[in-house]
Amino acid sequence: MTVDIFQRMAQSIVDGDSDVAVALAKESIASNLDPLEAISRGFVAGVNAVGEAFGRGDAFLPELVMAGEAMKAAVATLDPELKKRGSQRQILGRVVIATVEGDIHEIGKSLVATMLAASGFEVHDLGVDAPGDKLIGKALEVNADILAMSALLTTTMVKQREVIEELEKEGLRQRLKVIVGGAPVTRDWVTSIGADGYSEDAIGAVALARKLLNAH
Amino acid sequence: MSKSIKSITNPKLKLQVLNQEEVRKIHEATLWIIENVGVKFPSARALAIWQDAGAEVDLDRMIVKARPALIESALEHCPPAYTLAARDPVQDLPLDGNHVYLGTDGCGVEVIDVETRELRTSRLQDVRDIARIADAVEEIAFHWVPVSAQDTPVATRGLHEIAAIWESSTKHVQTESIYSPHEARAAIAMAGMIAGGSDQLRKRPVLSLMQCSASPLGHDGGSVDAALLAAEAGIPTGFMTMAACLTTGPATLAGNLAVGNAEVIAGTALLQLAYPGAPVFYAAAQTASDLRTGAYTGGGPEDFLFGGATNALADFYGIPLSMGSFATGAKEPNWQAGIDNSLSTFMASAAMSDMLLGVGFLHGSRVWSFAEMMMDCEIFAIVHKMMQGIAVDAETLALEAVAAAGPSGNFLTQKHTRRHMHDIFVPEFMDRRPYSEWESKKDDARDWALAKARKLLAEHQPEPLDDALSQEFGKLIRSMEVQ
Repeated sequence: MTVDIFQRMAQSIVDGDSDVAVALAKESIASNLDPLEAISRGFVAGVNAVGEAFGRGDAFLPELVMAGEAMKAAVATLDPELKKRGSQRQILGRVVIATVEGDIHEIGKSLVATMLAASGFEVHDLGVDAPGDKLIGKALEVNADILAMSALLTTTMVKQREVIEELEKEGLRQRLKVIVGGAPVTRDWVTSIGADGYSEDAIGAVALARKLLNAH
Repeated sequence: MSKSIKSITNPKLKLQVLNQEEVRKIHEATLWIIENVGVKFPSARALAIWQDAGAEVDLDRMIVKARPALIESALEHCPPAYTLAARDPVQDLPLDGNHVYLGTDGCGVEVIDVETRELRTSRLQDVRDIARIADAVEEIAFHWVPVSAQDTPVATRGLHEIAAIWESSTKHVQTESIYSPHEARAAIAMAGMIAGGSDQLRKRPVLSLMQCSASPLGHDGGSVDAALLAAEAGIPTGFMTMAACLTTGPATLAGNLAVGNAEVIAGTALLQLAYPGAPVFYAAAQTASDLRTGAYTGGGPEDFLFGGATNALADFYGIPLSMGSFATGAKEPNWQAGIDNSLSTFMASAAMSDMLLGVGFLHGSRVWSFAEMMMDCEIFAIVHKMMQGIAVDAETLALEAVAAAGPSGNFLTQKHTRRHMHDIFVPEFMDRRPYSEWESKKDDARDWALAKARKLLAEHQPEPLDDALSQEFGKLIRSMEVQ
């Protein structure tokens, strides 16, 4: 019976079906299953299966993202139960992510946020047009390991540098890793602003975050 | 150097990707989207205009929903034809539906250095150099800001860029890199100085403005405010959708066209509500995101179909189209670049898109290559030739020459051949040499194209901009920098 529900949980993630994933999460709470087990033996198995299929070239980005969304929905459903039991899901690290001030381009940033969350990071997404002080404030509040900033325009990309300068000024730069992204971001830019890394796509962003935190 | 501009006109080839019934369905879907889903306009000014016009405006979410009749009646004011003026009137570009003009692409962030061939960050001098080469070649009719002048201040960068182009070329400038009202005001002032006052600018717009929408179904506030200022000044203004299947648009091509169309049409209607009769154009560079990475692809069959389809939409609304073609995703000028840029340009040209964007980029409009720029011009020249089709008449059937040559004769000595030999296309960059000659040199199109770019840079002196104007531009830009 429990083996069956774990399999169904994994399958709901593989299918990218948030509704089924949420229903199964509720079912597991009702049957008094340990939510940590539901995550690790059920839902995470699905995420891993999709990830492996993607790596082989058998699955594609939409499947990966839908799996991520289903995972997020399942975990959110289990969250109150986790809190009630005083248990905590193990995370790979905390990430504060946003598109920088003056820039409203959201999708790349959101894709990275989803993939990070699906991979086991705790992600705080501040949306778009996020001022530097808001980003830094949130990073301090949640004790973030990584600050991730996106920009689509060369004129807003400079905000990435300003935030790093601000972190340095406040003596906070060593407390976290800073990663950047967006179409105009190049290796030269990353070096010149002293960021810890960048990626050209969401998959690479997850690999980068894992590498920076030595999380595997 | 010749002042002539090579444009496609009076085409013999025709391409119909969408029939009238299909265009009507996309139009109806578009109106449904605008009325029921809405389009985001994060601009207080735009929202007020929509409210005054009777649209349903959610001020908190900045989303506008408008009835079909409101959109359709606003669009009726779009002028169907007008002219993009050049500093040199000989190079004016009538947008009359019977011309396809080629421009440079924009706005990249890196350049393969013309001398060292190394990849580096783009700067103002690149804008000048590219504009000067574009001034010299007849395939290029107008400029976009090709790369970002990243060595200039952010707040005035767009102004440094257009000043540099005007100082390097007499051809029309369409900027895609001015998207704030303060820069738009200054750019309009600069264009007015060239035209000789604001009334003259209305008659001879030497500048046009292109604003990207924020797909899906959104606009950038600064862009919208800049567009409104341009429309007020009579400067041709267009909204470009870059909706991408899978990410910022539906996976299906028709759905993606409808989403992008809703962005462009809502933006265009806004300009007509504010300034009825303002010259506007449709701009588009839809694509399909890469299925594995979600990345911008800059090519592939979906891109090519969008290139062929979009002019049917622009024609339906009776406005000119500025269409993204070229822009290969290839990392160097290679097989992929050849396929991407040839097919996208052929499709967009065969549909008679009024303006094509544009030459010069690798890696999906991010890396400028001078060699690619020259080779893209040749792609356009080939398409230009093809668009003329095959003339069939007594002279071209050549019966006299056939009779004179007779069986086993040859045509090289015929007078008819002398008359028509120059009808045959002569490529600059295609390798038709004997194998042994290639073997001894192992060079190819990329080397010859780069050599041509270097030669043009060394030799071509554009007609200079009046020094007093340059001074004025400098003063204006500096005054904004000290503020």
